[in-house]
Amino acid sequence: MMIDVKKIRQQFPIYDANPDLVYLDTAASSLKPKAVIDVVDHYYSKLGVNVHRGVYGLSYEATDLYEAARTTVAKFLNAKFEEIVFTRGTTAALNLVASSYLEKLKPGDEIITSELEHHSSMLPWLQVAKKTGAVLKYVELDQQGRITVEAFKAVLSDRTKVVALTYVSNVMGYITPVKPIIDLAHEKGAVVILDAAQAAPHLAIDVTALNVDFLAFSGHKVCGPTGIGVLYGKRHLLNQMSPIEFGGDMNVTVDKFDATWKEAPYRFEAGTPIIAGAIGLARAIEYISEIGFDSIHEHVSKLHAYALAKLKAVDGIEIYNETAETGIIAFNVLGVHPHDAASIFDQNKVCIRAGHHCAQLITKWLKQIATLRATFYIYNDEKDADLFVESVKEAVRFFGAF
Amino acid sequence: MGNLEHLYRQVIMDHYKSPFNKGLVADPTYFTVNLHNPSCGDDMTVQIKESNGIVTDIRHEGTGCSICCSSASVMSITLKNKTKQQALDIIHDYYHMLTNEPYDQTILNGDALAYHGVAQFPARIKCATLAWKATEQALLANKEE
Repeated sequence: MMIDVKKIRQQFPIYDANPDLVYLDTAASSLKPKAVIDVVDHYYSKLGVNVHRGVYGLSYEATDLYEAARTTVAKFLNAKFEEIVFTRGTTAALNLVASSYLEKLKPGDEIITSELEHHSSMLPWLQVAKKTGAVLKYVELDQQGRITVEAFKAVLSDRTKVVALTYVSNVMGYITPVKPIIDLAHEKGAVVILDAAQAAPHLAIDVTALNVDFLAFSGHKVCGPTGIGVLYGKRHLLNQMSPIEFGGDMNVTVDKFDATWKEAPYRFEAGTPIIAGAIGLARAIEYISEIGFDSIHEHVSKLHAYALAKLKAVDGIEIYNETAETGIIAFNVLGVHPHDAASIFDQNKVCIRAGHHCAQLITKWLKQIATLRATFYIYNDEKDADLFVESVKEAVRFFGAF
Repeated sequence: MGNLEHLYRQVIMDHYKSPFNKGLVADPTYFTVNLHNPSCGDDMTVQIKESNGIVTDIRHEGTGCSICCSSASVMSITLKNKTKQQALDIIHDYYHMLTNEPYDQTILNGDALAYHGVAQFPARIKCATLAWKATEQALLANKEE
């Protein structure tokens, strides 16, 4: 079904206050629809109490909504209820896995990652490697900057214990061929952790079909609230991991000199959980699922192709990811520092990202100090793409004039 | 003149393309400070030489956008041959100008005034102050023998 952008925008209150907004930074954070804001508001204004504790009606309702959110996320990923851990975001989820593997790795074990990673996907394992003596190995990217199955095979070995890769790159927008990589890794007995922060807004994720061991994504990139994210982990793997945080609600028995932990997911949710965040995330998942990933993909692909064709006709720029499968364009204006170019976009109220996008390795791989990045999503239309390309032309003209 | 033209005055782009006092020296009598802005990757090293209470030389070398690199050049010509206290006063006036607070044009003058347009672009204040902050740190830390 075709996406009606006009109708979609009516569902995002930010456009009421900023009708001229050209928002092309969804890869950093998506906008938030009223449906999500309303359920978060409902929790704070009508409930506002803790979960799993109170023996009164309000607490029951809050607990029901919080745990129903877990069910919604489980269905979204085709996972089981007890395999969904709520975290602060993708970063916290990926760090949780890495921290738990500190005690499982020994010198000489190998961890595979790539230069395409967001810092939150590779830095936790860089730390684990340093602390355990495990060896960090990087998949060599192909000429386009992609992770290929062949290049993955070249670094996979009998010593590989962990594979930590991005599902969709936050700079290049490429989709990693994760299924064959997961199968190959499992042949060697390694676990695979996928950073799905950019995948979740664009792809239907099926963790059971993928047979992936761990997968993480964030609420705020799928039209949900900030401060909430998800770690999916296979049940037996989660229960083999020690908790990272200790406190209320994660224990079974507590004695003066010993304690025991609940099963997953609760052993990883110490303290008062992110109740409003989880409720908001569940609503966001319902919201984008109602639109449907086929429609989202069709809309984003069309806009991406439209913008790319116009952009390729502009002289004086360099595009780094023309073949991206998701709605991300990474580029620079030749001879102009990205932060200088960014002020042109700022002036024209076109919101794009300039910098290394928390992915310094791919920026260095591109031999750039920084890049400009525009992302398209459900609330963008051809007019946004036109204004974006006009700003690019203006940047070329403006800085060429000096 | 539009906001952008204010931000990118010809004087700024001239300093970007043909900077003064660029390049570091291997002289131990200079005091060196390196500052890095991790959010954008701008990197700036500043060297100052002081004798008899006067900033007799300032050198700079860095990578960054035109606002960052040009402001290092402008900073160097603005603060050279000033006393430590005069230099610190000028630096503070420069900060005030960038944040739209009152500043004294009898203290802050010359090419540095071209940067007043940065106040309209709060995201760029960090670019325009990196070299100045490095020099401020150097002035405060350097104890002349």
